[in-house]
Amino acid sequence: GSVAVEDQPDVSAVLSAYNQQGDPTMYEEYYSGLKHFIECSLDCHRAELSQLFYPLFVHMYLELVYNQHENEAKSFFEKFHGDQECYYQDDLRVLSSLTKKEHMKGNETMLDFRTSKFVLRISRDSYQLLKRHLQEKQNNQIWNIVQEHLYIDIFDGMPRSKQQIDAMVGSLAGEAKREANKSKVFFGLLKEPEIEVPLDDEDEEGENEEGKPKKKKPKKDSIGSKSKKQDPNAPPQNRIPLPELKDSDKLDKIMNMKETTKRVRLGPDCLPSICFYTFLNAYQGLTAVDVTDDSSLIAGGFADSTVRVWSVTPKKLRSVKQASDLSLIDKESDDVLERIMDEKTASELKILYGHSGPVYGASFSPDRLWATDHYQPLRIFAGHLADVNCTRFHPNSNYVATGSADRTVRLWDVLNGNCVRIFTGHKGPIHSLTFSPNGRFLATGATDGRVLLWDIGHGLMVGELKGHTDTVCSLRFSRDGEILASGSMDNTVRLWDAVKAFEDLETDDFTTATGHINLPENSQELLLGTYMTKSTPVVHLHFTRRNLVLAAGAYSPQ
Amino acid sequence: MAEEKKLKLSNTVLPSESMKVVAESMGIAQIQEETCQLLTDEDALKFMHMGKRQKLTTSDIDYALKLKNVEPLYGFHAQEFIPFRFASGGGRELYFYEEKEVDLSDIINTPLPRVPLDVCLKAHWLSIEGCQPAIPENPPPAPKEQQKAEATEPLKSAKPGQEEDGPLKGKGQGATQADGKGKEKKAPPLLEGAPLRLKPRSIHELSVEQQLYYKEITEACVGSCEAKRAEALQSIATDPGLYQMLPRFSTFISEGVRVNVVQNNLALLIYLMRMVKALMDNPTLYLEKYVHELIPAVMTCIVSRQLCLRPDVDNHWALRDFAARLVAQICKHFSTTTNNIQSRITKTFTKSWVDEKTPWTTRYGSIAGLAELGHDVIKTLILPRLQQEGERIRSVLDGPVLSNIDRIGADHVQSLLLKHCAPVLAKLRLPPDNQDAYRAEFGSLGPLLCSHVVKARAQAALQAQQVNRTTLTITQPRPTLTLSQAPQPGPRTPGLLKVPGSIALPVQTLVSARAAAPPQPSPPPTKFIVMSSSSSASSTQQVLSLSTSAPGSGSTTTSPVTTTVPSVQPIVKLVSTATTAPPSTAPSGPGSVQKYIVVSLPPTGEGKGGPTSHPSPAPPTSSSPSPLGGSALCGGKQEAGDSPPPAPGTPKANGSQPPSSGSPQPAP
Repeated sequence: GSVAVEDQPDVSAVLSAYNQQGDPTMYEEYYSGLKHFIECSLDCHRAELSQLFYPLFVHMYLELVYNQHENEAKSFFEKFHGDQECYYQDDLRVLSSLTKKEHMKGNETMLDFRTSKFVLRISRDSYQLLKRHLQEKQNNQIWNIVQEHLYIDIFDGMPRSKQQIDAMVGSLAGEAKREANKSKVFFGLLKEPEIEVPLDDEDEEGENEEGKPKKKKPKKDSIGSKSKKQDPNAPPQNRIPLPELKDSDKLDKIMNMKETTKRVRLGPDCLPSICFYTFLNAYQGLTAVDVTDDSSLIAGGFADSTVRVWSVTPKKLRSVKQASDLSLIDKESDDVLERIMDEKTASELKILYGHSGPVYGASFSPDRLWATDHYQPLRIFAGHLADVNCTRFHPNSNYVATGSADRTVRLWDVLNGNCVRIFTGHKGPIHSLTFSPNGRFLATGATDGRVLLWDIGHGLMVGELKGHTDTVCSLRFSRDGEILASGSMDNTVRLWDAVKAFEDLETDDFTTATGHINLPENSQELLLGTYMTKSTPVVHLHFTRRNLVLAAGAYSPQ
Repeated sequence: MAEEKKLKLSNTVLPSESMKVVAESMGIAQIQEETCQLLTDEDALKFMHMGKRQKLTTSDIDYALKLKNVEPLYGFHAQEFIPFRFASGGGRELYFYEEKEVDLSDIINTPLPRVPLDVCLKAHWLSIEGCQPAIPENPPPAPKEQQKAEATEPLKSAKPGQEEDGPLKGKGQGATQADGKGKEKKAPPLLEGAPLRLKPRSIHELSVEQQLYYKEITEACVGSCEAKRAEALQSIATDPGLYQMLPRFSTFISEGVRVNVVQNNLALLIYLMRMVKALMDNPTLYLEKYVHELIPAVMTCIVSRQLCLRPDVDNHWALRDFAARLVAQICKHFSTTTNNIQSRITKTFTKSWVDEKTPWTTRYGSIAGLAELGHDVIKTLILPRLQQEGERIRSVLDGPVLSNIDRIGADHVQSLLLKHCAPVLAKLRLPPDNQDAYRAEFGSLGPLLCSHVVKARAQAALQAQQVNRTTLTITQPRPTLTLSQAPQPGPRTPGLLKVPGSIALPVQTLVSARAAAPPQPSPPPTKFIVMSSSSSASSTQQVLSLSTSAPGSGSTTTSPVTTTVPSVQPIVKLVSTATTAPPSTAPSGPGSVQKYIVVSLPPTGEGKGGPTSHPSPAPPTSSSPSPLGGSALCGGKQEAGDSPPPAPGTPKANGSQPPSSGSPQPAP
């Protein structure tokens, strides 16, 4: 077989890899022979070798279809598709619609399957066992597929258990290779830029309210220490160019710090309040929501290409006055920013037009994003096998995480565009992700209703939060990272104990080296609260700077 | 046809199986579903997910097709339905829009439709420091299914998720909550491992707000202000989150009935029954756990020998009718093969009816209770006893006047029987209605029955003609249950029926001005709404509010009700000519339409009716149940009836009673 087309997947060339003439009637026999062998093998090997079933099944079926053995393909599918793991059902359904050679041409899923080798992680012992069996039986058909279409990542040591395997598999192209997660990731936070905080203001406030000074002190120290001591895991300060802070940015930072002193300390005994913003009469048209960091504006993106921005504070939205009026304003006055606004246009809602298709993402730009003065994309992150549904920047701005319909999460280095982490384990397209405020952890939510927690440092799954019954659309950590809030299409907001989820993780060398993970079954202990809406999928979640949760969604009558 | 072609173009995208379905299915309307299922085009699903929707729409498919450079399916813009219809004939197939011909003038004359509402943003508290407040914006704390599961299968453990919610829902005590939460959090997993699950505590502590709410609501329900009462009942009937207060409401009602039956306080009994009705109507509540308290209370209001101070004057019949409907509703909702509520209730009613010594009031209640249980019960239990009962009625009506009370009672029983039996007979028997045949079968009631059946038939025919010309229907759940005849030993009898009655008052014509659905003691603001079409059962309904008029006044009773209402408010009234008219004159109307609808007559024109006798102007506040009555009731509830409410004179009569009860009936 010639697989030299890996870089440029030309459809016909790719498919021609299937152009082998095996006896189509023997395929079922081959497969069931292997099945028999695996099912009769020792328990410890069986789980590992069972991983072979799905990729072999797919490739054998595609070979049959490609070589136009339609009837054999159909009967092969009928006979064995029931054996496959339930999380492959969606792919199998697509597969079942491919019954002719022509169908294969335009089908992306199958192209993905073909162009990227399916990755299996198998212990050396199990692999030897398989190899010996296939060679003994002269089962060349299967051996060829294993050789050409699969990537077997062999590791030394104990074979993994069924649970360990199940936790990691499920993505479109198998697990991530171990090497993929080897590179170093600077997940630490950057030094905060020095900003002169007008201390006198704060002191006044502190005196006004009782109990404030107590809270403020540790806070101040932590801020101070952060800026003094360099986080060992942090990237060099100037690894990627960051724009200078503007005055308004500084003002915002100061506001942020002030708010921080009033922040509620959350914990299992002190749950946040949730304020829910319901979009009424949205007629299923709401597609995206975002809230500004200072929680003053809420924006909704709609299928009719509009973006509507609401002010949720008493301050109304105003537009700048006409040029003729502006010229009359005294530019030296202190409240010039106030004066340029036109009171007559004040309203709580503004509608922005401009898109020509459904708006699928709405995001208020955070204070640090980079240069947008290029017309070309600065960086193309290539690697996902299917659509990317969600992206988020790492708090230190050096990385960007993407969640995709290929059921993987990838972390990309902004500097050079390399994929530095691949996280597999979700059984459905990823629809939400969020970084913990300390930058070390990543939480992802998918259509399978599970929230998975990842440690970016060693690239392993460290937790699984089960509870949601439908797509998890929104995830957010509280400002200090104690609580993880998740919102879902099942109309619930759930709060999880993030501190407990991340404490005493076992991260010994063996685990890190082999990727063996043992997840505790503690979702119920971590779940701090479930809050049901009447019939509103929770599309967006937001923690205000004082740790109040804002949730949003469109009411959808049943 | 065009669509078919389009689909064929997209052959490479859509699986051929779905193509077949498209080709084979007859109506496009079904294809929508079918294709959506079979398509499972991953791209369309992607659009759905990215659109944060739970439903795949046609536009999703359009977008997906566009993405693949395939021309989308034009014409499928509707979100919820497909406007195309399919027709074939002569070997040709046609898809078309189903469009009716419209008259241009119609369009011009009709007012503009409402502009679709714009998107708006509404904020509410989903959770406050971990507790979900019970406000209308949030789902009810315990969904009805869960309440039902708890009530019917108490041993079956709740799902872990719900268990987890439990402590969070036991909200309200902000301070204590925080302390207890840590412990409560750990409890479920422990219990989970244990083989034995503890039943969750069913007593809820009420938050301060809930206590205030409860106090306000109960006071308004039994207070003197009708507007407040309506508001309170509305709240009971619609608010979610009353679940936790249910035990209190239930006790309030049962104790209230207990105390007020002894006091013969008709008004309060009516108020309490309206509370039961409101609780039953609340879609978020499941009352099964409290039925054992409510049924005796309601039954008492049906069959109690005396419910008011002046049985000859007060319209306690309406209360009995209303409570009978409530019991029927309870049966319909909660009767199962295990609790046998319906058969036990049926037995209770039958027993008291069959008893020779049963007074007419109880007799009336028993029959009403049975009749409300549905046609089958009427057929099997009431019709066979018609002859016997007819004799009994005749002996009172025709015989020497022993007691006016008995006379009134017998008359009411008679009209009740006629009202309920006529529609059933109209269905059972074939049209030629012969007076003699009826007499032979049903004895002395026969001729009357015959004329009623004739009318019922005519009315049914009339309704069939004008089905769509409804003004408004007085909706009333009418159970059509099959009676389970399995004999149940030991029916539960309400034990509150022994009420000493004192009967000595002159004959008084009753002018009942009550709406059909809830009997209202304070009448004037009520609108009387009359339905013009409904099931045949409706005919019985109309009699309900008006059958109470004038046993003695004969044919002149047709109009007094209308003339005595000088209310300013628009009042639509139903007057029945037939119920009280002697049999000979009754079926006189040519169309035999037995109801008139009278819409608010200006007070000047009808002033002669005499304000003294008409019921509508607001009765003096002293005569309507005072707040004292309400608070007394509360007291009765809290102290479990140790001290019966004071002031026997204060809530002396129900508000509907004319202030001067002895005044003569105005004769037009």
